[in-house]
Amino acid sequence: MSDIISNILQYPFIIRALIVGIFVSFCAALLGVSLVLKRYSMIGDGLSHVGFSALSIAVAMNWAPVVISIPVIILTAVLLLHFSEKNKISGDAAIALISTSSLALGVIAVSITSGINIDVFNYMFGSILAINQSDLTLSIVISTVVLILFIISYNKIFAITFDENFAHAIGINVKFYKMLLAILTGIMIVVGMKIMGALLMSSLIIFPTLSSTRICKQFKSVAINSAIISIVSFIIGLVFSYFFSTPTGATIVVVDLLIFIFYSLVGILKQRI
Amino acid sequence: MTLIECENLTLSYGNNVVVKDFSLKLCSGDYLCILGENGSGKSTLLQGLLGLKKPARGNISFVGLKQNEIGYLPQKTSIQKDFPASVYEIVLSGCLGSMGVLSFYGKKQKNIALNNMDLLGIGDLKKKSFKELSGGQQQRVLLARALCATKKMLILDEPCAGLDPIVAKNLYQIIKKINNDKNITIVMVSHDIGSAISHANMILHMQNKPIFFKTPKEYCESLIGKRFLGGV
Repeated sequence: MSDIISNILQYPFIIRALIVGIFVSFCAALLGVSLVLKRYSMIGDGLSHVGFSALSIAVAMNWAPVVISIPVIILTAVLLLHFSEKNKISGDAAIALISTSSLALGVIAVSITSGINIDVFNYMFGSILAINQSDLTLSIVISTVVLILFIISYNKIFAITFDENFAHAIGINVKFYKMLLAILTGIMIVVGMKIMGALLMSSLIIFPTLSSTRICKQFKSVAINSAIISIVSFIIGLVFSYFFSTPTGATIVVVDLLIFIFYSLVGILKQRI
Repeated sequence: MTLIECENLTLSYGNNVVVKDFSLKLCSGDYLCILGENGSGKSTLLQGLLGLKKPARGNISFVGLKQNEIGYLPQKTSIQKDFPASVYEIVLSGCLGSMGVLSFYGKKQKNIALNNMDLLGIGDLKKKSFKELSGGQQQRVLLARALCATKKMLILDEPCAGLDPIVAKNLYQIIKKINNDKNITIVMVSHDIGSAISHANMILHMQNKPIFFKTPKEYCESLIGKRFLGGV
């Protein structure tokens, strides 16, 4: 066991990927609890497509990817919430509309300029080799901010997730907290995209909560469980992908899926007994 | 003592006026039951009182009570049935209205929550999951949460919809007890005319504007009341 650990930890790029991944999966899982329970899972998916589009356009234009994509994704998050609130176009349709259009724009931008090169491919499916020092710093800073905000607003996030009308009636600024959640999710997606890939990133947000709700009965235990599942499946996925040379993002998603199946079975068994 | 005063209140969705020229005065200790057909503006009126819907015209003034100091029991349909939350977590969340940005529950909030749970006879369900409770128990939990949010007024939107008659009767008695013992004003939308007449001290019949607003006794004798009671 210690051989495996020391074998893995001799490469700086693995250590960087490990740190970034743990921070990102932890925060994505926390944000996911509210998104999934509020039936907003697809917002995460939509935002990651938009993130991909922004990144590929930035790469094509030779701009700094993160600097471009974070404002774009924040804007999209605000728009998505606005649409689903006004009910002009129903929420899920609005997300499908925005995510496919942005993917289309991204693909066109890529094909006009560089073609699907290694950078673009990495953003689609993720690569631990691409993690550099500035990604490390960015992910630590942003994760810390997310964590602090989440802890401070935890009880209010619960109230809003459980019953928005009541929360509004007792004077909680529901709009502000929903916006905050969407924006933080967007930023988290941009940060995690390099490891997980744009097309797989939303699994970090959705899977842990979905697995936890199979067996947990309290909001707090769902949150704690999700965070643990998320980190554990990231580490297992990373180690597995290192030894068997499988794509990291995809391996993590498969581990998440296995955990989901396991939790579902336990949940069913618990009901029977 | 007056708590709420509405003057020529108009509430609308876009161009669709749902509540028109509504005036009302509510005092502490009142028990107001709002009756009316579906789509007559009852729930919209409640949303107006709670500040969930901004008035198109007119105004609501609060005396000795802030708008966010009203306890609210929403219609059951607005809450997800399979939500993972314990009874205690839900009841505690009623205390959030009176807290600032840093919303960590202290001893004070925990005591309020526990007292209200005991009052409603759900103290022993504290750690139970909301989704495992019966319909009547769920409504008690939500009522306890509403009580945590207020000392003066409860607004209840069809609290007994979908409950069997015995459980419904129990819940009406609890609400009446809260009204009597704690002197908390009750505003309730209901389709249960029988219990409305026996518990309330004022009946408001809505048809996009108030078409009747007097005591239950007078309601029974009025033409609208008789028609709604199924007499004529």
